[in-house]
Amino acid sequence: MPSLDATLARIVPRVYRWAMENFTPLSAAIGGALIGLAAALLMLSLGRIAGVSGIVGGLIGAAADKAWRAAFVAGLILAPLAAGLVGFRLAPPPMPGSWVILVAAGLLVGFGTRLGGGCTSGHGVCGFARLSPRSIAATLIFMGTAMVVVAIVRHGLGG
Amino acid sequence: MLALASLLCGFIFGCGLLVSDMVSPAKVLAFLDVLGAWDPSLAVVMAAALVVTWIGFAIARRRGRPLLDAQCDWPTKTAVDAPLVIGAVMFGAGWGLVGLCPGPAVANLATLSPPVLLFVAAMLAGMTLHDLWQRRRTTAAPSPSATPVEADG
Repeated sequence: MPSLDATLARIVPRVYRWAMENFTPLSAAIGGALIGLAAALLMLSLGRIAGVSGIVGGLIGAAADKAWRAAFVAGLILAPLAAGLVGFRLAPPPMPGSWVILVAAGLLVGFGTRLGGGCTSGHGVCGFARLSPRSIAATLIFMGTAMVVVAIVRHGLGG
Repeated sequence: MLALASLLCGFIFGCGLLVSDMVSPAKVLAFLDVLGAWDPSLAVVMAAALVVTWIGFAIARRRGRPLLDAQCDWPTKTAVDAPLVIGAVMFGAGWGLVGLCPGPAVANLATLSPPVLLFVAAMLAGMTLHDLWQRRRTTAAPSPSATPVEADG
């Protein structure tokens, strides 16, 4: 039976490793606050929920109010371009090489967010802030599912 | 004026994604990878966003109506139903495969990276497929439960 010391010795370096190398709490808190500010301002000015899948879905779908939706999307794309002007270049992100995976993932995200009524912003931020049971359930389910998928893909669980 | 305010909100939202590095699928996948070198940053992003949004929404509710429009469009659904659960599972699966959810995917269009363009095109196709399927279902079986999806966000 492993002693408590041996167990701790195994766990502590691991905690230390992520705490030092990956975890970026300050930029995460500032960035998160900005996302919250955007969601708050959109509700205070237009009375709309800042859910990106809903905004985009309405833009390409049958929604009548396309102008504000298009403007929000434009702002979202403009941010990295403006950041580029002041020296923060957004590099093309590393993506899976297989186009089959890209298309399958895109279809799942598009269909799933419309069927489920929201994504990380609409359910995860705005819905959670309204303490909506639907949004809290949706957020826990999509996060849990994503964690299982990553575990299978990266660590080969069940495969 | 409406569009200008919305543009500003989208811009601030995008800046938040950039500052927190949530535009990077690698950063997001590091949060989702609980068995690897786990990075809890995404949880901090969400917590900070939640607090600010919660305060903003409380003010919005107290004011009653928004500055530039007639009324606040609060989502009305409350029940956890099958479409919500199935949709969340599908979205989670796609999110876990690539590490992009709709916000960061749209912001990454600025890089003009071909894989991002392909992913976003597939995402838009998925949304369109959903709308077509929903419309077919409503015309095939016009029941009160088959009203078009009312989005939460």
